[in-house]
Amino acid sequence: MDNEKLRTAEKKWRQEYLKTLQKLPGRREEFKNASGITLKPLYTPLDLEGFDYLEKLGYPCEFPYTRGIYPGMYRTRTWSKRMLVGYEGPEHYNRRQREMLARGQTAINFLPCNTFFRGYDVDQVEKELVGTCGTPVNILEDMAIAFEGIPLEEISVSFNDSGPFTGVAMLFALARERGVPLDRLKGTTSQSDFISHFSGGCNMYFRLSLEGHLRMFVDHVKFCTQKVPSWHPVSIIGQHFQDSGATPVQSLAFTLASGIFYVDQLIRSGLNVDSFAPRLSFFFAASVSLFEEVAKFRAGRRMWAKIMRDRFGAKDHRSMQFRFHVQSQGSDLTRQQPLNNITRVCIQALSAILGGAQSIHTDAYDEAYQTPTEETARIALMTQNIIEEESGVADVIDPLGGSYYLEKLTDETEELAWQYIEKIDQMGGMLESVKKGYVQREIGIAAYEHQKAVDSGRKVVVGVNKYQISEEQEFKLKWGKPDPEEVERHVQRIRSHRRNRDQAGVKAALKAFREAALDKERNLFEATLEAVEKGATHGEIVGEMREMFGYGLPLTEGI
Amino acid sequence: MNFRIRVLLAKIGMDGHDRGARVVAGALREAGMEVIYTGPWQTVDQVTKAALQEDVDVIGISSLSYDHVLVPGLIENLRRHGADDILVIVGGIIPDDDVRMLEEAGVARVFHPGTKMSEIVEFISRAVSDRRKKAI
Repeated sequence: MDNEKLRTAEKKWRQEYLKTLQKLPGRREEFKNASGITLKPLYTPLDLEGFDYLEKLGYPCEFPYTRGIYPGMYRTRTWSKRMLVGYEGPEHYNRRQREMLARGQTAINFLPCNTFFRGYDVDQVEKELVGTCGTPVNILEDMAIAFEGIPLEEISVSFNDSGPFTGVAMLFALARERGVPLDRLKGTTSQSDFISHFSGGCNMYFRLSLEGHLRMFVDHVKFCTQKVPSWHPVSIIGQHFQDSGATPVQSLAFTLASGIFYVDQLIRSGLNVDSFAPRLSFFFAASVSLFEEVAKFRAGRRMWAKIMRDRFGAKDHRSMQFRFHVQSQGSDLTRQQPLNNITRVCIQALSAILGGAQSIHTDAYDEAYQTPTEETARIALMTQNIIEEESGVADVIDPLGGSYYLEKLTDETEELAWQYIEKIDQMGGMLESVKKGYVQREIGIAAYEHQKAVDSGRKVVVGVNKYQISEEQEFKLKWGKPDPEEVERHVQRIRSHRRNRDQAGVKAALKAFREAALDKERNLFEATLEAVEKGATHGEIVGEMREMFGYGLPLTEGI
Repeated sequence: MNFRIRVLLAKIGMDGHDRGARVVAGALREAGMEVIYTGPWQTVDQVTKAALQEDVDVIGISSLSYDHVLVPGLIENLRRHGADDILVIVGGIIPDDDVRMLEEAGVARVFHPGTKMSEIVEFISRAVSDRRKKAI
């Protein structure tokens, strides 16, 4: 197409558009997305002048992977459906998980409860806090109950474990007990990205000193790289940043900067980049801002490929592939008119799918309130089933690719994200930026600005600041709560375990664990696995870790 | 008397999601209040101690996943320390039944997600000023 002709045509349209604006003012004074990118009313080939297809997009599974990381993408295999299921205890989890697997769920997302994340066993905390927000697991027996009848060699398990990876160790131990070789296991140590816990404003997890976290992290990656080759020991998390208030561009930039930090650390620990990088994975939130999210995922693929090739000299093409899990963004969901959340989640899931995600967790409509109930989790899963089976969006690879708007937006997203990464590099990298409070401040400001925009009505949230209904008209939600008797049974199980186990074996395993902590030549995760197998509890191992490495406090700057 | 209102914001229990607490801290500060934020994972004793030490007018507890069940214990503990003049408010995700339970235990107000920041500011300003008047 002749650009001169286009320019003439565009000028003509612009005149008409401006005339219309005089009669009918625009809906808003300016149109910007959440990341602050100004949106034009129309995009044309003129916005992509000089656009080099092969350089910017290429083909799926080819550098820079903008269109997707696999040659066939969803044509050959759709994303993994990984739902959040379970509270109360392992029995409840097992029943619920099997029901979901029978309804089309294809992979597992295991979320332990908060007591686990804080490093306690269920008999060490107030009973009313046990199992309210996930499944408590403290000993190998708990894991065996949670995964009864679920074939570990067939299904991929994403295990939320922020370290010292006792949960993942229990899962590995269970596999061994069942005679499943570790090299058959597929899955992810989700939440192993400790930087995001320190900085995400989502101070969710138990933490050691940074030094302790780093040691655990490196040893875990080393162990998995050698012995569990199909496992992803690292999941670098943008979801914490974004659900804490970061814009999509910020969350992308902070996540890539975290990725740079981890790759750097692993190379320094003596590993060859191509030995571990093919097992790195990412985890993002997807907001309802559909195009912005699709652009974020596409830009992310292109940027990570460049980072791995150009910055770290990776040679293996798998090291350059940006594989990621997506959770629909919880902070978009509302308490008011909760059924509307089904619509929001559908749009969020679409953005993940149009963005080429490998794995998706769609929030249930009550997930803004609680860990979902059986009914609500099923609806969220069916949302994915409907998109996959009925809508046709998964039938063509990167179907929005080539859209003038989306390509321009992908470029702009990338450009802005590079600016953040440069700034973080200048500060000495992601860890330094977190220590200085920079990342927390950026997130805090974005969260506060968002709230102000909602309060003033500038940012519409349906049912919250527009289209409200009365309290009487509100949908009455069913609350799911742990059954106190089940919790008691769980507490009694660990008490009885403490009494009846091989005490000398546990003592020896914990001693070996302490020795491994002092000796950098030894692998701390291997010692964790042995301790779990001997009958040590989660709380005991975390206790040892805290003694050896010190306790880290949450960083509260950036308010 | 025109002392600045002093607010202790805290998260008790196991959960660490504190976007809400941080945003509210910002709004209260912008409204001229003195805000002390403890960060997550506080115990009832820690919050009581901090409230007494800082001589606050208000304790705001932010809860996302059931940690609000510890709030009646906190109020009881404040009473035991003779600090029942401190206004206790709760914000976050609270099941409907538990709202009543908290109010019966002495929580002045429960704020749900979707609340405007100005509503929280106004409530605190009014309630503290009422209490101060009564105290004179």
